[in-house]
Order: sequence, then structure tokens, then C-alpha cells
Amino acid sequence: MAKLFSASVLIGILASGVRLAAPYLYATIGETFGQRSGVLNLGVEGQMLLGAFFAFYVTLVTGSLWLGMLAAAGVGALMGLAMAFVTVNLQAEQGISGIGFYLFGLGLSDLLFQKLVGTVKTIQGFPSVHIPVLSDLPVLGPVLFQHNVVVYAAYALVPLAWFVLNKTTIGLKIRSVGENPQAADSLGIRVAAVRYYTIIQGGVLSGIAGASLSIGLLNVFQQNMTSGMGFIAVALVYFGAWRPLGVLGGSLLFSMVNALQLWMQVLGVPIPSDLAVMMPYVLTILVLMATVSKVRAPSALAKPFEREG
Amino acid sequence: MLLFLKANPLEAYWALVVGAFGSTNAIAETLVKATPLLLVGLGICIAFQGNVINIGGEGQMIVGAILGTWVGLHFQHWPGWLMITFALAMGFVGGAIWGGIAGALKAYFGVNEILSTVMMNAIAVQLMNYLLRGPMIDPAQAAMASKIPQTARLAMAYRLPRLAPTRLHLGALIALVLAFVVYIFLWRTVWGYRIRAVGKNPHAARYGGIPVKRYVVLALLLSGAFAGLAGVIQVYGVNYRMITDGSATGFTGGAGFNGIVAALFGHLHPIGTIPASILFGALLVGANKMQRVAQVPSALITALNGLVVVFVVSSEIWRIRRQRRRLAATAGEGEEAPAEAADAPEKPG
Repeated sequence: MAKLFSASVLIGILASGVRLAAPYLYATIGETFGQRSGVLNLGVEGQMLLGAFFAFYVTLVTGSLWLGMLAAAGVGALMGLAMAFVTVNLQAEQGISGIGFYLFGLGLSDLLFQKLVGTVKTIQGFPSVHIPVLSDLPVLGPVLFQHNVVVYAAYALVPLAWFVLNKTTIGLKIRSVGENPQAADSLGIRVAAVRYYTIIQGGVLSGIAGASLSIGLLNVFQQNMTSGMGFIAVALVYFGAWRPLGVLGGSLLFSMVNALQLWMQVLGVPIPSDLAVMMPYVLTILVLMATVSKVRAPSALAKPFEREG
Repeated sequence: MLLFLKANPLEAYWALVVGAFGSTNAIAETLVKATPLLLVGLGICIAFQGNVINIGGEGQMIVGAILGTWVGLHFQHWPGWLMITFALAMGFVGGAIWGGIAGALKAYFGVNEILSTVMMNAIAVQLMNYLLRGPMIDPAQAAMASKIPQTARLAMAYRLPRLAPTRLHLGALIALVLAFVVYIFLWRTVWGYRIRAVGKNPHAARYGGIPVKRYVVLALLLSGAFAGLAGVIQVYGVNYRMITDGSATGFTGGAGFNGIVAALFGHLHPIGTIPASILFGALLVGANKMQRVAQVPSALITALNGLVVVFVVSSEIWRIRRQRRRLAATAGEGEEAPAEAADAPEKPG
């Protein structure tokens, strides 16, 4: 146990925590936009899996990480488009159709993996970026400034999302559609268009979230490699009270606990590994219990909108 | 989709049909696969009728099976019928606890049940991995110094009777009977009526004097109980032991999720879920055959199940529109459709 608190281990835990938060950040920011406009997308997990697969496969075939990223964003956009059509035009129950898209993504990514790749292969992932001076700082350097571009971009997304949601016209439209679509509609805001936009954007970010896992962090693809991350991302949006900064806090907390758990196993701390893996999930439930009843969800969340007459 | 995979679709579909219904054995296998789907699906019917979404079938199956298996291994010398009854009851209780926790979280803390049930799935999987590698591991495994995560086998007397020579077991009949029980429960009892009332309109239900929170908990609790039963029946009827490959689907065969698909396909009606479960059981069995004959990975079925869910949910709008048109017609010409028909089902975040 004493080993756990040595400086180098603590730095290691923090650094992996910062890195592991990247997929959650992409997925939660995307989901935040969707939920702010009143759409609960539970298909994040499926979108992530397909994004992870396509990013990996395209990178494997073309050798270009950026084409892989693009493929992930593209497949995420397509999934988002489908989700938007089903929830906006067909007004399907959002929770259940999300599960449908999850199963679809789970099955399809597995299917394509078996057909196109077959065995576990690794690729050369993004190299970590060396920033002069900053990367060499003691403690702060390894924790904050020795990551790759995918991780940095995830953090850059947080202030950007905050700005778009709170300071721009489109952000205002998104929020009003999520709070009161009827009123927004009478003001001339095209509710359907706004929701299409947020769901597709959410799909793109979920796809990238998957890519950040397969080609940004682990450099492999495996069946069901996200193992519930997409669902946790949805939970973190609730935890973060639908605000980009809150979501950042949630993602970091969750990934830190996860990193702690991984390091405890590496160091052989005598806690059964299965029970350690359980910790982040228990924590998520506890945190949801503590926060959910205190913050208010967007009023129109998960409610289809139909124009009168 | 099959063409895309460079497989002959006719050959593949033929393999699927033969694999599912081609022989007595194939039909029996289909029914064996359909059994957990039907049981989970019945629970889903109860939850969705109460407008709570239970994604936690996997975890509830696992916990039910853990409790049921534990008593079976702990008490070795009971009469078979007594132990089986007791184990089924424990499975029911285990699933009920796991579902009930999510229900209580929703009712008293406002935690979205979709999220909590998904988290509870992950927790149950880890709990199972821990128990099957540690406290509940087969002593024979420990003696051989091999570490396959599985429990010891249940005593012969404790196995659910089979319809030899096939693997079809009594669990299928139990599930079938329970389908009618659930139907009677939902449409012929006060509790069932109240669950449905809460599901249709919680505000009106509260105004009508129904303790809404209690019935939200009850709906998830019962829903979990049926999944728990499915778990214990898998152990006592098929494998005679619990074994894990580290994932939920290793033990449940994905029934916790596929049961949702079956229930939706059966229009959330217990009786309708019977043929739907058999259909999806056939798909699962046939997919294995298809994988062997036409080299189409059985993951295809998972993907197709997802699409089925999306289509079924999407098609609801036609039903609602038709209903509204009918209401408008009966309300007389020139009058608007009643407002409550336009209101989509409300779902508290």
C-alpha cells in the first residue's frame, strides 16, 4: 500500500487518468449537445464501437491515422443521421431506439472485424507530442504535457463547447429547443433542424471517441472494446449537469478512479481485481444519486416534438 | 447485408431455417434458446407497461443465477424437487433485488433507470467474475491448480428434468406458464392495473391515489425477478454450473438484451412475447448453423436485432397517427383530435 503513494506512482496515475479521460470527453461533449436540444441518444456505445472499428480498419489499410479519424467521424455522422431521422421524423421512443442502435453497432463492428481483420493486429498510433519546456517540467510535464494530439484535442473541445453553447446564436437555439420546443418553434427556430444538427454532431464526436480509443490510446481493435464506456458517458452528462465544465469534471473523476484501479492491479495491491474494476461503476451510481436530484434536466429531454396543426 | 459479406444469401438463409427447425433436436434447441428470452421478455413487458426502461436483464440474470447456484451447491442433500423450487425462488429474489435497487434509485433519488441498470450490469459481471474465480470456484479446479472460472457441478438430482433425447428442459414449460400468469397479473389484478396506470400517466395516477413511487419500484423489481429466474433456469436446465468468460454474454448468451427485442417484437404483451421469443431463439440457433455453412459471423444477428428494435420503435408513430385519426373521426367533423392523444408518452429524465 505504501508503494501506492510514492511520487512516481502518483504521477503515473494522474497521467493515465488525464489520458483515459479523452474518449469520455469526446463522447460526453457530443451527448451534452444532444441532450441540451432534448434528445437522449443512448446509441453512443454503438457509435463509439463503429467509430473505433472504422478508424482502426482504415488506418490499417491506408496507413494514415488521419484518414482513420475521418472514417470514424463519417460513420458517426451516418449513425447520427439515422438516429435523427428515427427520433425527429418518426418520433420513436429515444431510450429504446438508442438501445437498438447500440446493438446494431455492437453486432456490425464485431461482424466487420471478423470478416475484414480476423485476428488481433496492432497499428502504429499517434506519437506523443513533445512541447518544449512544458513537457520537461517536473510532475506537471508527465501529467499534462506528454500526451498525443488526440488527447489534447479532447481537452480543447471543452472550452469550445462551452463557448458555442453559451455565447453563440446556435447555442441559444439549442438550449431553447431543449427547454421549450413549442416556444422555440413559435419564434421561428426550426426545431427539427436544430435537433438534426446536435444528433449528427453527437454522432461525429462519438465516432471520434471510439477512434480515440482504438487508434489514439490502445492501437488495437477488439470486439466490444468500449465495454460500456458509451453508457458511462451518458451517465456523466447527467453528472455534469449538462454543462461542458461539469462534464469535464465527471470524465476526469471517472478516469482517475479507473487509472487508480489499473495501477493497483499493476502494483499487486491485495484487492481482487474484479472488485477493483467494479469501483468506477459503483462510484458512478453513488455520484448520480448525490447529484441528479439537485440539478434540473432540460425540460424537453427525451420528448419528441410535433408541430401542432 | 449478406451479399455485402460475399455469402450466398439463399444458402445462408436456408442454413438458418434448417439450423433452427430442421430436426427434432434443432426445434428443441430453438426452444431452449427461446426460454431465457421469454422470461426476460416477460419482465420487460412489466417494466415497459409501467413506463420504466429496464436495460439490466444481463445483471439481473447473473445475480439470480449466483444466488440460485449458491444454494444448490451449499445444501447437497435435499430432495430434488424441493431444491429446484428453492433455487428458482432464490433466482427470483436475486433478480428482484438487482432490479429493485434500480427501481429505488429511480423512485427516491431520481436516477435515470436506464443508466443505473447499465451500471448494475457491469457490477454484476464483476461480482460474478470475482465469485467464480475466488469463493465459488469449483474445488476440482483448485485441486488441479487450473483456474477456469466456474463453479462445481450441481448434483444430478437438482437438474431440471429434460425431455430426452433433446436438451429441452422443464424451464421452457415454466416460462410458458408464467407468460399467462404475467398476462393475468397485468390485466386482471389491481397491482397490474396500477403499474399500467403509472406507466400511462404518472400524474393522473398520483391524482387517482396510487403511490406512484412504490409502483415504479415494483415494476423494476418484478422485471428483475423474471430475469433472475431466467438466469437460474439457465444454470439448472442447461449448464448445471455457472461459468464465465469474463463478459456478461458468456453466461447469459445476451438474453438480457435480446429479451428486450423479443418483448418489443411481441408488442409488450406477455402472450405476444411467446412467438417472438421462439422467433429470436430460432434466429440465434440458426445463426450458428449459418456461421458454419456460409461463414457468416453470428454477430450479424446482433446487428439485425438492433435494426429490429429501431424499426419496431419507429413504427409506433403509424399506430399513434391511426389512433388519432380514429379519435378525430369519432369526435365529429371539424373538431380537433383530443389533446391527450397527441401527447407522446412522458418520460421523466
